[in-house]
Amino acid sequence: MTTLTKQPGKASGRSGGNHGRKLQPAKRSMTSRLGDLRIALFFIFPAVIGFVAFFLIPTIRGIYLSFTEYSILGEPTWIGIKNYTTIFADELFWNAMGVTLQYVALNIGFQTVIALGLALLMHRVAKSTFIRGALLLPFLVANVIVALLWFWMLDYQLGIVNEVMSWVGLPRVAFFGSEQWAIPTIAFVNVWRHMGYTALLIFAGLQSIPNHLYEVANLDGASPARTFWSITMPLLRPVLVLVLVVTVIGSFQVFDTVAVTTNGGPVNASRVIQMYIYQKAFGESDFGYASALSVILFVILALVAFVQMKFLKGNESDLD
Amino acid sequence: MTTSTLPRNRRKKPLNWRRIGAWVLVAVAVAVTVAPFLWMLRTALSSNSALASNAGNLLPADFSWGAFKRVLGLQTTEEAIADGGSGAAINFWLYLRNSVIFASITTAGQVFFSAMAAYAFSRLRWPGRNKVFAVFLTTMMVPPIFTALPNFLMIKNLGLLNTMAGMSLPFLFMTPFAIFFLRQFFLSMSREVEEAAMLDGAKHLRIFFQIVLPNAAAPIATLVLLTFIGQWNEYFWPLLVGQDENVRVLTVGLSVFKSQSPQGALDWSGLMAGTLVAALPIFLLFIAFGKKVVNSIGFSGIK
Repeated sequence: MTTLTKQPGKASGRSGGNHGRKLQPAKRSMTSRLGDLRIALFFIFPAVIGFVAFFLIPTIRGIYLSFTEYSILGEPTWIGIKNYTTIFADELFWNAMGVTLQYVALNIGFQTVIALGLALLMHRVAKSTFIRGALLLPFLVANVIVALLWFWMLDYQLGIVNEVMSWVGLPRVAFFGSEQWAIPTIAFVNVWRHMGYTALLIFAGLQSIPNHLYEVANLDGASPARTFWSITMPLLRPVLVLVLVVTVIGSFQVFDTVAVTTNGGPVNASRVIQMYIYQKAFGESDFGYASALSVILFVILALVAFVQMKFLKGNESDLD
Repeated sequence: MTTSTLPRNRRKKPLNWRRIGAWVLVAVAVAVTVAPFLWMLRTALSSNSALASNAGNLLPADFSWGAFKRVLGLQTTEEAIADGGSGAAINFWLYLRNSVIFASITTAGQVFFSAMAAYAFSRLRWPGRNKVFAVFLTTMMVPPIFTALPNFLMIKNLGLLNTMAGMSLPFLFMTPFAIFFLRQFFLSMSREVEEAAMLDGAKHLRIFFQIVLPNAAAPIATLVLLTFIGQWNEYFWPLLVGQDENVRVLTVGLSVFKSQSPQGALDWSGLMAGTLVAALPIFLLFIAFGKKVVNSIGFSGIK
């Protein structure tokens, strides 16, 4: 932050140094310490506007609002940590956290295992770009569209899934309409949407494993299982950790699918944390409370990323 | 079984069961991925009133173009209701226009301004360059919901709610990812052409437009593609600031269309026709540039 705000001053103060470059264009080492600062400022100017106006200021303002009571009309009133103490005792908040965690566990658990399997298949067997493309398709289609499609296919009365289930003698299931099934169903829908994409990320990691390691293992007569656990997994770990960080953080912010299908219901069964924030802010006009909730979500996500990187040592490769 | 029926040892090794099993799994995965889209098409080509009695029929139930006509506004309300529609309105062409404008403006701005910034972060030398870049990158960690509330208040205070400007502004200037992505490519470009141009007296602006941008055409095209798809699919922000019909985009329009229908009497074929047409640009882009998209995904750029 400070670096950013200091620079315009520097630029106007010492811009004279820039002329040195024009005299000796080939010898860049001879240019002043400021280098291309003036022209650089011109080039980053739009991005800085975007950064300051839509990331920096909102971040500071969001933290400030979390300590206020603010119902969009009038001015925010400072109330200290009252929002946070209220949240701590708020049953709906804990319910939302529980629901979100359940979603994340189901979504990430299935998605990672399936994607890892698909990535191995892409790497060993199905090398065609066409197949990779087909598997990626759901990820390119809007969340809203995917949600509506599955809302139709999983409909209690007319949905094809329930129809097929009744053919084989299974009872019909109210996938989106029952408290126990709502979250697993939403988790499944997003596993379907993201598995190909996640598989491609892991696949990219698999490709970076040197082939000669597999050849050696093959010569030594190692079984495929042994090769997987002794070569593939350890070398894939840094990529897997990155994939987990990215997908877990995305998973915590599930909203579109819930908003389109269950809207948080039935009762509170699928009111995930982002849904709760949305309802507090735009349903009840309680922007202070909603801001405090999003600060908490922000902190949780930062912790999740930190813990994953730290304990799974995602930034160290086993290759070196 | 297959091995035993082979006439002679024409193959060097017996059929590998593990390989067959692997291909079966691949086929299942592709089928699970593609079949729902076919079901979408089948439903869209059905008459809504015939769906109930043909729930398990794989072919369109009472084949009809009615759902597409309904969505595209080619049917009167009476015809629509007679056809099993719910009578709920979907101003499809308007939403389509809004989606095109929204996705195009934000993609153009975001990629262009990010390319400018990426140029400054890679080809120019100035004090604090890497620190500023690192600060930019930290914003990747900020969850969108966190900035969405204050951004909403700002757009509201500026009187830009329900305007295309209000919808586009937060996406217009940059994303850390776009800057990061392009910086990688700019860094790997050779300096020689650039220095030769500089000796000829070319200014940075000309170098940027005439040397750097054309040389990075491929990664820029990939980024444009990815950004456009992302913006086309954007739901949360347009939901917050673009509720008004005049700026409503397709994603929001479809969810409104669904929630407007009377409970229990959803116009499924209309809804599926709508989703299909809304996803059509993505399908077309995918058919044309799928390979580019597929090959662009991976951590090679991020690590």
